[in-house]
Amino acid sequence: MIYVDNAATTALKPEVLDKMMPYLTSQYGNPSSIYDLGRQAKAAIEQARASVASVLGANANEVYFTGSGSEADNWAIKGMAHAAKGKHIITSAIEHHAVLHCFEYLAKNGFDVTYLPVDSHGIVNPDDLKAAIKPETGLISIMAANNEIGTIQPISQLAKIAHEGKIPFHTDAVQAFGHIPFNVSDLGVDAASVSAHKLGGPKGVGVLYIKRGTRIGQFMHGGAQEYGRRASTENVAGIVGFGHAAALAADGMEEKIKKVSSLRDSFITQVLNEIPKCRLNGHSKQRLPGNVNISFDYIEGESLLLLLDMKGIAASSGSACTSGSLDPSHVLLALGLPHETAHGSLRVSFSENNTMQEVDKIVKELVPIVARLREMSPLTE
Amino acid sequence: MLYSEKVMDHFANPHNMGEIEDANAIGEVGNKKCGDIMKIYMKIEDDIIKDVKFKTFGCGAAIATSSMATDLVKGKTIKEALELTNKAVVEALEGLPPVKMHCSVLAEEAIKSTIADYYKRQGIDPEPIVGTSKSCGDDCPCDE
Repeated sequence: MIYVDNAATTALKPEVLDKMMPYLTSQYGNPSSIYDLGRQAKAAIEQARASVASVLGANANEVYFTGSGSEADNWAIKGMAHAAKGKHIITSAIEHHAVLHCFEYLAKNGFDVTYLPVDSHGIVNPDDLKAAIKPETGLISIMAANNEIGTIQPISQLAKIAHEGKIPFHTDAVQAFGHIPFNVSDLGVDAASVSAHKLGGPKGVGVLYIKRGTRIGQFMHGGAQEYGRRASTENVAGIVGFGHAAALAADGMEEKIKKVSSLRDSFITQVLNEIPKCRLNGHSKQRLPGNVNISFDYIEGESLLLLLDMKGIAASSGSACTSGSLDPSHVLLALGLPHETAHGSLRVSFSENNTMQEVDKIVKELVPIVARLREMSPLTE
Repeated sequence: MLYSEKVMDHFANPHNMGEIEDANAIGEVGNKKCGDIMKIYMKIEDDIIKDVKFKTFGCGAAIATSSMATDLVKGKTIKEALELTNKAVVEALEGLPPVKMHCSVLAEEAIKSTIADYYKRQGIDPEPIVGTSKSCGDDCPCDE
């Protein structure tokens, strides 16, 4: 199998699993317990917290473990919106559903929401943010990098604008963290959501970075875990795994970016050269190293994925058909793509585990698959 | 989401795919917004569907239902073809995921719309014979 859906999830790194194993077996203590077995588990969590904090450029006491990136988004957005004085909140049109649906929920509950548009490459214009800010704006949340088209937003510029208006700024950095330099201090964000399984860590663990002094409500009530702000007995093995995965991701990042981008660029060049009537979605340079999103005229995404799967290639689509919804991708529509094109996109997301041979093989299989589906399509001109 | 083996078989090796050059009935249903468009070509002689072919833009289920629906009406009389229900298409395919049921409705509509075109070409009002379209014209349920 050729796995090129690393934006969906990544393979757990064997060395991460090794570090997790004791906490799935002999080290089963509850970190809140007073005896040695509990204290050891607690110490392991704190070590992992320090590791994630160091990669994020944060203090350890600003790092809160959660059950996922989506949970971190939910906590940040609802918690910060409810803690704000104003009832106006701002986000972008191309956010992940974990963010978008929080804003939709808040809109139904008395908040006034502005969805910032993006340009044809998927980038938010800082001037649009400036213009959208009102005296009652209480929260701005804009993703660091998009999950479908890989576009990287000018976060430091956007956060600066937010702070000029004394408005807290959150970013969903689930796709960015561990893949490109992402330092909360350099970027100046007040809160950031990240997730372990996007960078070779386990599923079921995320982090919300909350800058000290940021006003945010409690998300989970109960015990005193996570500085009393997120109750739940900790997922010790998962947290330990996240700590190691974050450190491994940061190690030699520049080299990995070079390698993964070269796979991406080779794939893009080959596909655009060999297949007529297709277009690259997203920005050609301001994009995640591993992300490719290409729309093919006249064909639909799910059919494309099924045929690739039959050839042993695991990829994804901008088309939400895969998630059971009939709507085409809101991200591709926000770029201004027509509906039929938004239904026919392919997302390939590479990791450092992929090779140039795999890139060539995917292109080789893709060319006849696209031709075949076009032959089948009544839209083909 | 899991497709039945039968769906995957019809998707991977669709029957009756293509166009009929001298078709005397052509129907097209669905819209670009939904992401499913089915176009059906028929050659009808003496009220019998001698040949039928399709072209479909859509997901795996849309292609499989097109393939199965055309199989089910091939060689049949118009009357028999008009009795084809989306349920029969689903059953023949050994089931469809709930979210893909609309594809079977689209396939039934595509057959009816093609037969309606056959009558229209002869100056006969198809509505009393074929009935009115149920879905996926301009007021597609996907718009809701």
